[in-house]
Amino acid sequence: MSSLLQELTEKALAKNVPLSVQLDLTYRCNERCVHCYLDHDDHGEMTTAEIKHLLDEMADAGVFVLSLSGGEIFLRKDLFEILEYARFQRQFCVKLKTNAIMIREREAARLKEIGVESIQISIYSHRPEVHDGITLVPGSLQRSLTAARFLKSQGLRVIFANVLMTENAQDYRGVISLAEELGVESTLDPTVTPMMDGDRSVLSLGADQATLRGVFRDQGLVGDVNEFCAIPAPADEDSLAALPCSAGHTACYVSPYGDVFPCVQFPLPTGNVRKQKFIDIWRHSEKMNEVRAIRLKDLTTCTSCTHVTSCTRCPGLAFMEGNMRGPSSQDCEKSFVRTGVPSANMLVKKRATANLVQIGALPNSPSASAAALA
Amino acid sequence: MSKLYMARNPRAAARSLDGEMMIMSGRDSTLFTLNKTATILWQSADGATPLDEIVEKKICTEFEVEPNEALADAETLARELADHEILQISEAPIIRNAAGEKR
Repeated sequence: MSSLLQELTEKALAKNVPLSVQLDLTYRCNERCVHCYLDHDDHGEMTTAEIKHLLDEMADAGVFVLSLSGGEIFLRKDLFEILEYARFQRQFCVKLKTNAIMIREREAARLKEIGVESIQISIYSHRPEVHDGITLVPGSLQRSLTAARFLKSQGLRVIFANVLMTENAQDYRGVISLAEELGVESTLDPTVTPMMDGDRSVLSLGADQATLRGVFRDQGLVGDVNEFCAIPAPADEDSLAALPCSAGHTACYVSPYGDVFPCVQFPLPTGNVRKQKFIDIWRHSEKMNEVRAIRLKDLTTCTSCTHVTSCTRCPGLAFMEGNMRGPSSQDCEKSFVRTGVPSANMLVKKRATANLVQIGALPNSPSASAAALA
Repeated sequence: MSKLYMARNPRAAARSLDGEMMIMSGRDSTLFTLNKTATILWQSADGATPLDEIVEKKICTEFEVEPNEALADAETLARELADHEILQISEAPIIRNAAGEKR
């Protein structure tokens, strides 16, 4: 983060200003990614007028960075009307997240005229059979890459966003090379998010520990491997007073139905912009303020963990596990794979399992036989 | 001396954060904060009011500064902001349609 951006973020934090918002315009999508956490049916998206009204409220509240995402945003017939309003009437810095398969030369030229800051495109592999196997749309990689070329030829900033899973574990280097070849940026996210309804079955698609270990020791990705994988210094009082993340502090998320959450990955409803003003939800929602009050020292289990200050712990994933102050097991695993040191949460779980083993089985029970075989 | 007109570059992103103006350049996404004088120029850049009038009515009344010196400094600043694609400057009024395109 640049020093000026850091300074502005600190100021926004001090003044309780929501500097950035992700607004999902729709959950409808023309791809069916195997790891997606959304319900793609339309349950009553905000209208164009409602979205423009929300943009007015968000601009007045101080929102500067507006990330428009979905679902697939290009399925909204009013997308360009919304974009023009956001840019020319309310001067947002607009970032787009899309699969790009509906972007042709004409759309790329319009995005250039409108002046979006960046376009993030989901690319899961450089190999069509793998990417299309994840999106479940034949030809989707080719179409996304064609769009990326159109956007790049307009001088727009393009970022490939890849999610690391078992299915594409061998391909992240290929995506990076493809991005370099096209002159675009790329990111790699090792997190698979549970479904918004709480279904965690998609987590089984996530990369295994061996893959993560390789990624975390890839100098091209993490820079200095020794530094990246180092065991952190013990936490002091100051570091424990730090915020867990920006969710609810300088950032939040609004769904296509107007529900406001601390983050797209933190499905705690804090209000609805169809019923309340955005700024009132941001400032006065009890739940938003509860999230906002949490510091690292308030976390259960994690406060005593070796990794507390360096962990990528996501409060939203922790919330989806049942406790927004608790550990996020996915992040515990990442900290363990990165450093080789188990997290406090992992040790607690291990002790619990060990205690169960110590109870033992009754003689002649099936599990006693199984234990004997083992 | 010819008149200078300024308009906000529609490709720039802008927001006031507790009175401090944040601007992201439309050219390369560089982030700037504007000082008081630059903020006055940005807020007054309607494409129709000439710079000398803005300086006389909004800068000289705000700061104790000699008018000719203020105008010269403001013109330098306006050109610098134009270089970063934050403002557009012209010797004729700048008129745009609702989509931000010049007419």
